[in-house]
Amino acid sequence: MVHTLSTAPSRDRPPEPRPPAMRPLELARWGWRQLTSMRTALVLLFLLALAAVPGSLVPQRSISAARAAQFAQQHPHLDPWYQRFSLYAVYSSPWFAAIYLLLFISLVGCVLPRSRLHLAASLARPPRAPRHLDRLPAHVAVPVSGTVAEVLDRARAALRGRRFRVDVADDYVAAEKGYLRETGNLLFHLALLLLLLSVALGHLFGYKANVLLVEGTSFSNTVSTYDTWTPGALADETKLAPFTVTLEHLAVRFQRGGQQSGAPRDFQGALRYTTDPSARPRSYDLRVNHPLVVDGVKVFLLGNGYAPVITVRDSHGQVVLKGPVPFLTQDGNFTSNGVVKVPGASPQLGFQGFFLPTAAFDPTRGPVSVYPGLELPRLVLTGWRGDLGIDGGAAQSVYTLDTSGMSQVLTSTGKPFARSLAQGQTMTLPTGETVTFNGVRRWASLAVARDPGTTPALLSAVLALAGLMLSLFVRRRRVWVRVSDEGGRTLLEVAGLARAEGDEGLPDEVRELAGSIAGTDPPELDDRDDDASDRTGAPRER
Amino acid sequence: MSAETLAHISNNLVYSAMLVYAGAMYCYAAELAFGSPSRRRRVPEQVEARALVTAGASVGTGDVGRAAVVPPAEDDRVWAESRRARAGRLGRTAVALTVLAFALHLGAVVTRGISAGRPPWGNMYEFSVAGSLAVTGAFLVLLTRKDIRYLGTFVVLPVLLTLGLAVSVLYTESAQLVPALKSVWLLIHVTAAMIASGIFTIAFAQSICFLVQEHRERVPAELRGPSFMDRMPTAAVLDRSAYKMHAFAYPIWTFAIIAGAIWAENAWGRYWGWDPKETWAFITWMVYTAYLHARSTAGWKGRRAAYLAMLGYSTFLFNYLVVNIWLVGFHSYAGVK
Ligand code: HEM
Repeated sequence: MVHTLSTAPSRDRPPEPRPPAMRPLELARWGWRQLTSMRTALVLLFLLALAAVPGSLVPQRSISAARAAQFAQQHPHLDPWYQRFSLYAVYSSPWFAAIYLLLFISLVGCVLPRSRLHLAASLARPPRAPRHLDRLPAHVAVPVSGTVAEVLDRARAALRGRRFRVDVADDYVAAEKGYLRETGNLLFHLALLLLLLSVALGHLFGYKANVLLVEGTSFSNTVSTYDTWTPGALADETKLAPFTVTLEHLAVRFQRGGQQSGAPRDFQGALRYTTDPSARPRSYDLRVNHPLVVDGVKVFLLGNGYAPVITVRDSHGQVVLKGPVPFLTQDGNFTSNGVVKVPGASPQLGFQGFFLPTAAFDPTRGPVSVYPGLELPRLVLTGWRGDLGIDGGAAQSVYTLDTSGMSQVLTSTGKPFARSLAQGQTMTLPTGETVTFNGVRRWASLAVARDPGTTPALLSAVLALAGLMLSLFVRRRRVWVRVSDEGGRTLLEVAGLARAEGDEGLPDEVRELAGSIAGTDPPELDDRDDDASDRTGAPRER
Repeated sequence: MSAETLAHISNNLVYSAMLVYAGAMYCYAAELAFGSPSRRRRVPEQVEARALVTAGASVGTGDVGRAAVVPPAEDDRVWAESRRARAGRLGRTAVALTVLAFALHLGAVVTRGISAGRPPWGNMYEFSVAGSLAVTGAFLVLLTRKDIRYLGTFVVLPVLLTLGLAVSVLYTESAQLVPALKSVWLLIHVTAAMIASGIFTIAFAQSICFLVQEHRERVPAELRGPSFMDRMPTAAVLDRSAYKMHAFAYPIWTFAIIAGAIWAENAWGRYWGWDPKETWAFITWMVYTAYLHARSTAGWKGRRAAYLAMLGYSTFLFNYLVVNIWLVGFHSYAGVK
């Protein structure tokens, strides 16, 4: 590579030639060279870092759709702009993809030619000795005993023993080691490419789902049982692994007392599962950080909450609903909100309310829970009668009540009817229906995920790390040993060149080699007054 | 001993360590201030020559033999001698104090760990205390191999600031972990991240020293006034050691990110989810990647690379301070209320 580091005053430079009009092919070549230049790589690396910033400041739908929606509601002026620039989904946005795709194209364009060069260098012999070894950054000359041929032989053996690749000529030995440095560098960049492909593989063929499972109930791995279902573009929904999972029991423990009172300390779910309908059920102890793996599909325990068990009877005493109803956790002390829908009653009934595992009355916030464990459980409900609006077929969340076709149950004084129930208590609506709070079960929220890219991604990452270590810590060095007959005395010269920045061990290696070939202690380096302090000879310009 | 007693001892050890660190910092700073300006002064031409080439010999010692010292006037010489002796004593005291502070600091981390019954880096307070211990540890280990005592002030100061922040703002009682944090991979991840940040901190200090020194060296040597920067290696040497320090920390940081991804996969079923913590770890990684590339590109060595290194460290600080406390994510384990 030729660098023109002109020191001439700039006015002597010829005026910049106007670029001649380029033909399409030339233009393409020029563009490719620009794209694969190190400067472009730098800019793209920097841009990618910058592009990742907004996603950490604006709520992302992928992390919390609810917070993104809330943000949109609170910032009506910003929202359209944020929508336009995909700011709620930065990491799957076209502009983010454009940057990393360009970066990877640049990477390929950079790595391919370097691989070719490296391959050629790996097959070639070490370069011939320069005429003046004493001009190299580390140089030793000492008289030795033995003939030229003997000394050359010793030199070859010494270099081989130090894992140099060696080439012997008439009066010198040329040697080089540390090819792994460049191999590592190429491996590292290549592994990054593999990593990207693995991520893509996972996104295309994998799927993610969430399900809320109350103690004593089951789900099977089919799309319809899931609360949310996010398939990859090429995931085959007809070929899901046919397993079934039952949550038998969920044990939860919270911190008692102290500054962190109420913080979760432990939760684990006792599962029974079958890999397919004909298989024998097996049990599994599901914990956070300890997912269940069935047929490459993983089931993770994410969170938990309470499902009050409720019995509703109509005014004739007929049971119209019985069972656990999951309430959604609102805060760290498990104040939970929920809705009970009774489509089997006529007219239909709906209840809104909250569940407090340890109830207390806060003067400003009203009834709240003050501890997440079941110390003083209370269920607070208000009732609605009318049409639940679920017969029309429109999808409806089980956690919200559409009261547009209903009227609130009122007390005789015209206030909304509301009661707080302890376990075992029953309330009777003014219209005659009764609601009994039988007990509490827990629910677990589970994430189900299949990501065929995980293992390839891990392997790529490990490869990348290995390549990185090689490329940063292997020392690439060239050494030449010349042996000459100076009027009957044999003179040994050893000189070396390091190709890595910060390789400070070269002078010592040269001295040690010379000592070992000469059969003496390591001699001192030749000292010169020119740039002798730059002993490594690491290239300063590229 | 009960868990509370141990936690209490741990707190007191932190305060004691802070006191000793403060003493060490005072001594480092005094050594720089009293350091003999003549120690590194050479004949101007040679200084010029050496500033141009990169000194490859080991930091601070290799080229002293060949460096001609400006012969000072006789009374100047005596005065300089006494100053140098005083500076040497101060420097050795500073190191001794740092070792003592490290021992107290280590004791604080260990007692906290025993008190909580787990590795003590489970919340922001503990992460800060253990992370700053890693900074001192990295500094002391490197000190046995290289003469980097000149960095003392710039290493102990951030340690002291971190501890101050930890005891005043981030303090959290010793307790067990939330379930998501009970993982070997988390332990590995956090440990690697702490070691990497310890080394990045030292590398950052070197980059700053480099920038100051480089600025100073633009003035011809004979026109420069005496300054504590005389005690420091040349800009070229600082630049090179900063690079090596960054190159040492970078793979550890990379490993920390990989270990974190393995943990995340185990806990939540996705190895990467762009939560703010992950995102900023990625940003830091990207900026340091740019730094490494910049070093191998002509014209980007030195100043501009040093700016990138400082940017990299700022993104790390942002992750530690702003993201942990203000931007919530899955990772929000800070324990700060
Ligand atoms: C995701 C993108 C990339 C990452 C994470 C990355 C990372 C790295 C790292 C950590 C090194 C340091 C290894 C060393 O100093 O020996 C390195 C070296 C290198 N990278 Fe990249 N790189 C990326 C993209 C690119 C691109 C796009 C190019 C080409 C335009 C490129 C060209 C190089 C070259 C030539 C070296 C060797 C420099 C030397 O010989 O000192 N890299 N890369």
